[in-house]
Amino acid sequence: MALLEVRDLTVVFQRKGERPFTAVDKVSFDVEPGQTVGLVGESGCGKSVTSLAIMGLLPSRGAVVTGSVRFEGTELLKLSDRQMRDRRGRDLGMVFQDPLSSLNPVIPIGVQVAEVLERHRGMQRKRALRDSEELLRRVGIPDPRRRLDEYPHQLSGGMRQRALIAIALACAPRLLIADEPTTALDVTIQAQILALLAELVRDTGTALIMITHDLGVVAGLCNEVNVLYAGRIVERGERHALFAEPRHPYTHGLLASIPRLDAPRGERLEPIRGSVSDNIPWPEGCAFAPRCPRQIDQCVEVTPELAPDEYGRLLRCHNPVPIAQSVEEVRV
Amino acid sequence: MSALAEPVATPPAVDELVVVDDLKVHFPIKRGIVLDRTIGYVYAVDGVSLTVRRGETYGLVGESGCGKSTLGRAMLRLEALTAGSVIFDGVDLASMSGEPLRRMRRRMQMVFQDPLSSLDPRQSVESLLVEGLRAHGLDRGKESTAKRLRELMSAVGLPVSGLRKYPHEFSGGQRQRIGVARALTVEPDLIVADEPVSALDVSVQAQVINLLEDLQEEFGLTYLVIAHDLAVVRHISDRVGVMYLGGIVEEAASDDLYASPLHPYTRALLSAVPVPDPVLEDQRERILLTGDLPSPAAPPSGCRFHTRCPWRQPTRCDDERPALRTVSSSAISVEHRVACHWAEDILSGRLQPHSVSAELVELDEGISPDVGFAGPASVTEILNG
Repeated sequence: MALLEVRDLTVVFQRKGERPFTAVDKVSFDVEPGQTVGLVGESGCGKSVTSLAIMGLLPSRGAVVTGSVRFEGTELLKLSDRQMRDRRGRDLGMVFQDPLSSLNPVIPIGVQVAEVLERHRGMQRKRALRDSEELLRRVGIPDPRRRLDEYPHQLSGGMRQRALIAIALACAPRLLIADEPTTALDVTIQAQILALLAELVRDTGTALIMITHDLGVVAGLCNEVNVLYAGRIVERGERHALFAEPRHPYTHGLLASIPRLDAPRGERLEPIRGSVSDNIPWPEGCAFAPRCPRQIDQCVEVTPELAPDEYGRLLRCHNPVPIAQSVEEVRV
Repeated sequence: MSALAEPVATPPAVDELVVVDDLKVHFPIKRGIVLDRTIGYVYAVDGVSLTVRRGETYGLVGESGCGKSTLGRAMLRLEALTAGSVIFDGVDLASMSGEPLRRMRRRMQMVFQDPLSSLDPRQSVESLLVEGLRAHGLDRGKESTAKRLRELMSAVGLPVSGLRKYPHEFSGGQRQRIGVARALTVEPDLIVADEPVSALDVSVQAQVINLLEDLQEEFGLTYLVIAHDLAVVRHISDRVGVMYLGGIVEEAASDDLYASPLHPYTRALLSAVPVPDPVLEDQRERILLTGDLPSPAAPPSGCRFHTRCPWRQPTRCDDERPALRTVSSSAISVEHRVACHWAEDILSGRLQPHSVSAELVELDEGISPDVGFAGPASVTEILNG
């Protein structure tokens, strides 16, 4: 049995007097113990809302969450707020993008880490603080004893993100969700944090859901990659296969439009035309069709389903990029 | 190589558009309400010399707080210069002021990072574009202006009907196109683009990068592109300068920089950029830097990078600031300059990297421009007192 089973997860935002907006549309995926799964997409594709829905962090008013999220067999969506609070921080940890806004600015770092241990492990403050020091050391914060007494603003961006990871890991959760954990950081700091996450996954056996817009981050870290577009998964595959042979025109287009450090210079980028505002609603066909270079008539008539192709890759496309061609274009 | 050697032997006047010499921009740190004492300086740009040639794209790359944006702004005289000179097409900008400087600004324009905050939300696109024309007396009659606006819109790939719209009606990529069109209105020679694509989604980034390249070809523009994304900078720049704590540590043609980075910091930076290729990612050897960027208010002595450098040596690094110099090696181009005492030994492999223990970086002063100035000082004072 998978550690986490997400089935047909749908999130609809409703506001009085406005048309409901489907941010996440029947998203299904599994996370095995110790596995790193990537959710990739551009802003507005629903990747963050997916993670908030799994963690039960969406507001009860205005957001309608349907489908099923099973964690070790327990249906998380049916849990009460109180039961969910017991799970969060103990079984499920989360690291957010901006550490400064997710840490409490008026409480010392040490207390914020200790808080989790007190709440879930019933530890006394003194013991919890001692363990907090160890946790901070573990995530690579120099001189952790001193840092316990410091406030978030006294730490640099990278150190804050480390502190946040320490909080998320305090109770050794079996699943960690990292939502753009390195987007606010500089590249050299990003490399440190990614190395830390990879090390923690290896050492503790925690499963990791990595949410990012950066295909480079995914390429080095994730076992399995889900590409989201307009709230739906459009392609899923093992990372080596997916990057070598992207089959969905969107995945293919994304890879062709990134300037690469190792590409010969002078090569022109191939952008995806238009922007997300050109999308058509999913029920009318393929949302990506208006921007797609491989659009055929079927694309604006029939909604494509997520189905395995002849190589076992999951794909939501009527006219996918042929394997040979995509290899050639990506490898040139 | 012989084809290359010839022009060097008889140097033709290299067409230099901007020459920056030993430029310094220091910001005072003030404390106190009544007395307003200056208690120190942020050495944002500290002794930078560089040359931007006409028609080329010069890329400035570095992490946040390295001074790259300040340098770009100082080159347009948008910051007061503490010392040094900026010669724009033979004229020293440092000594200019008032009306002559304003007129000079027609020739140098800027494209900002966030198009939504750099475009007035209450001005239509037409009025945004006409403003620049008026300011520089290029608005000659209704008809010629209307024609010019249509040209500009088509140059940046927007429909002419967009002139009547307001910034919020456009997508992020389109807004950045408006930002570019606004810079183009006054027919500048130099465009300084500060993080022109970092606020955009990847699929749209490529559109704007291609647009910048097309416009350069069409109008013979010179670009100074400032970005933190090494891949973007390498893609669009002819030459690249790598900045660290207010100084340029390495400068080279963009291909040379990637093929043979000489400075330890450049090496670390290049190895840290994730590449969307799992095979490559699995094999790569990362040079992980320990610790954070030291505060630019108290830069380390000697080589600014010595606190984090895996190649740091017991001599020279700590007390002697290295100058930007060429490396005596046949494999390295004379255009390739580096500010490292030990570049030759690192290149030959005689010096090997060693481990570095992270040093604490004090953020108490709240120096980084991204971090607010407001609270820090007082809270620490309460804690200490």
